[in-house]
Amino acid sequence: MCWAVPGKIIDIQDNRATVDIAGLRKQAALDLIAQPRVGDYVLLHAGFAIQKVSEEDASLTIDFFKGRLGR
Amino acid sequence: MELITLAHGSGGRITQEIIQNLFFRYLGNPLLNRADDAAVFSTSSRDIAFTTDSFVVQPLFFPGGDIGKLSVCGTVNDLAVCGAQPQYISCGFIIEEGFVQAELIRIVKSMAYWAKKAGVKIVTGDTKVVEKGAADGLFINTSGLGVRRRNLSLGIDKIRPGDKIILSGAIGEHGIAVLSKRKGLAFESEIKSDCAPLNKMLINVLDNTTGVKFMRDATRGGVATVLNEMVLTGDFGILLREKEIPVSEGVRAACELLGLDPLYIANEGKALLVVEPSSEEQVLKLLRQSEYGRKARAVGEVTKDLANKVCLTTAYGARRIIEMLSAEPMPRIC
Amino acid sequence: MIKFVDEYRNPALCLKASEKIKAISKKKIRIMEVCGGHTMAIRKNGLNKLVGGNITFISGPGCPVCVTALQDVDTAIALSKLEGITVCTFGDLFYVPGSSSSLAESKSEGADVRVVYSADDALNLAGRQRDKKVVFISIGFETTAPTAAAAILRAQAEGLDNFYILALNKTMPAALRAILGSGDTKIDALICPGHVSTITGIEIYRFIVEEFKIPCCVCGFEPLDIMTGVYILAGLSEENKAELVNAYKRVVRDEGNKKARSIMREVFEKADAPWRGIGVIPSSGLRLRSPYKRFAARERFNIDVPPAKENPGCICGEVLRGIKRPADCPLFAKTCSPSRPQGACMVSSEGICSAWYKYGD
Repeated sequence: MCWAVPGKIIDIQDNRATVDIAGLRKQAALDLIAQPRVGDYVLLHAGFAIQKVSEEDASLTIDFFKGRLGR
Repeated sequence: MELITLAHGSGGRITQEIIQNLFFRYLGNPLLNRADDAAVFSTSSRDIAFTTDSFVVQPLFFPGGDIGKLSVCGTVNDLAVCGAQPQYISCGFIIEEGFVQAELIRIVKSMAYWAKKAGVKIVTGDTKVVEKGAADGLFINTSGLGVRRRNLSLGIDKIRPGDKIILSGAIGEHGIAVLSKRKGLAFESEIKSDCAPLNKMLINVLDNTTGVKFMRDATRGGVATVLNEMVLTGDFGILLREKEIPVSEGVRAACELLGLDPLYIANEGKALLVVEPSSEEQVLKLLRQSEYGRKARAVGEVTKDLANKVCLTTAYGARRIIEMLSAEPMPRIC
Repeated sequence: MIKFVDEYRNPALCLKASEKIKAISKKKIRIMEVCGGHTMAIRKNGLNKLVGGNITFISGPGCPVCVTALQDVDTAIALSKLEGITVCTFGDLFYVPGSSSSLAESKSEGADVRVVYSADDALNLAGRQRDKKVVFISIGFETTAPTAAAAILRAQAEGLDNFYILALNKTMPAALRAILGSGDTKIDALICPGHVSTITGIEIYRFIVEEFKIPCCVCGFEPLDIMTGVYILAGLSEENKAELVNAYKRVVRDEGNKKARSIMREVFEKADAPWRGIGVIPSSGLRLRSPYKRFAARERFNIDVPPAKENPGCICGEVLRGIKRPADCPLFAKTCSPSRPQGACMVSSEGICSAWYKYGD
């Protein structure tokens, strides 16, 4: 449930951002995010950004298997 | 009271039902019942292919094309996948009162351009104007006649287990290009409709190899629909390999955003070919000679088991069924 | 490359994970995945075949379309038939059959029904069409409810008097408690909703660990995310440990999204809600708070909807609670299929029956 996709904020006007997903641009409402900045990656759901993506934590799942389970 | 709904026009299972239970039932004859993209019949001297298609796309102008280009290429392609050289097109216009003339001129000029590019002539036509609200701006119907050489035999009945399935390029581009301009879903993308006349590309293949058994153009309902239609009538199955299916980044991103599956999204410039295994390399090489076939790929094969089913092997080694579409896919949030 | 998505689809890593899961998985365990999104991801990618014979996935009621009460679907359809009303719906609900019709059918009969991707789109439509009343059918869990709340606040700020919502939103914790508490289903571990958790944070699942002693893992929806979660849960199960783990840290902060929650609480309050197949669960739904009652479609439009009749053979309720499997249903794949759904588990593309039908067991 809750189909959502991560994208990068490339522009902000009022409370709306242009979000880039692998070259596709979609408008997203920013009402639900605190201090959004151009360059932030956000999770886009139903036309709204619902959370920022943490780039540091993004590698955790990959590293989990690389580290724990070996190559 | 039973009503016709949008699902009846989506190209999936419900469309099939109305075609079988209504149109074939009352209008059926051996030629119609073959359900090919074009009807091919013989005269004393040659085989003629005859087809018709109606175009109701909204919006009328979209990235990569317009309703005029579509109406020419769509009919050209229906003839081409039957192995015919398209020659003559008719076109009927149904125009809504109040339509902007400058737009009509643009559309007609586009038709002229693409007819010339495809090497076909528009030789007869009709014009009707209906009251405001009775047509969605403009509807176009085109019918086409082509000539097929006598010794060509293509058909679902020629398909055998082991035959290879080839796609002439990346899928989902037309559907996504049109969707990107729909009100309420608007997003910007670089995706252009793949609308293109495929006759020269396909004739080149047919002229230079004998291993082609069957061809279809994958229009509304996408590749999944065409393949499901094929296994309905045949006694074989089809197994696709997910890793091989060409999808551009832009189409993938749009599908991720909206929760859609590229296999079910409309194309307007893609052919699906079923070929003898020994011809696979040659067919790919010939397709790639065309500007419209550069990304041609072998995506699967015909199987003896999995009868009447279309399946796909995922990147993780599991197999899943690619169902017939039941209705036009809608963007999801869940 | 879709960043933060494709990296988690690496087949080689998933197959490695599969080997490791099979190696540690000695006990037979049942893992419930709550979210329809997880159900679909597992079956579409065949992950259920990668985890070995000791692990069985049980699907829970985390598909907001599936659990929308038939009567509520009928209400949405009834609204669409009213003069001067435009109904805006997410695509998910468009084909869902009500007692005798659907929004799609209503549209083919002339009703103004539009599929939208966002509550914001419905709001913009209301702004452009001041002469029509726009009713947004608000389904979804805590992931989506804040978006509807934000739309209501915008409507208020813009002074729109022609925008309404039919509040059908539901919340997870009460439903999870109802299912686990009923004792009907034996679950050994839980894959917690991924995107709901971005809003709520992970503490809402604490009671499952403490009261029911079931290990819980918050997971993302990509194959590697799910395999990670299964590996973690299998390990905890083997050691009889009940812990709460956040394995989706790239978008789930342990504390969730406070701003989204405060907007949600400003506009909505808890209400009892009917869950299809389960019944009314107290405090499991949302309704508009009094300062925002004027946006409530139910209050504004007097729609009399007769009590809904379910197909007597349909066992969606038991399937949603994880008690029965789709194959146990007498209607499954016979009278009930994706093109002719008899109950919500089949009609939603992420419903468990739809997933089984399309992807096999």
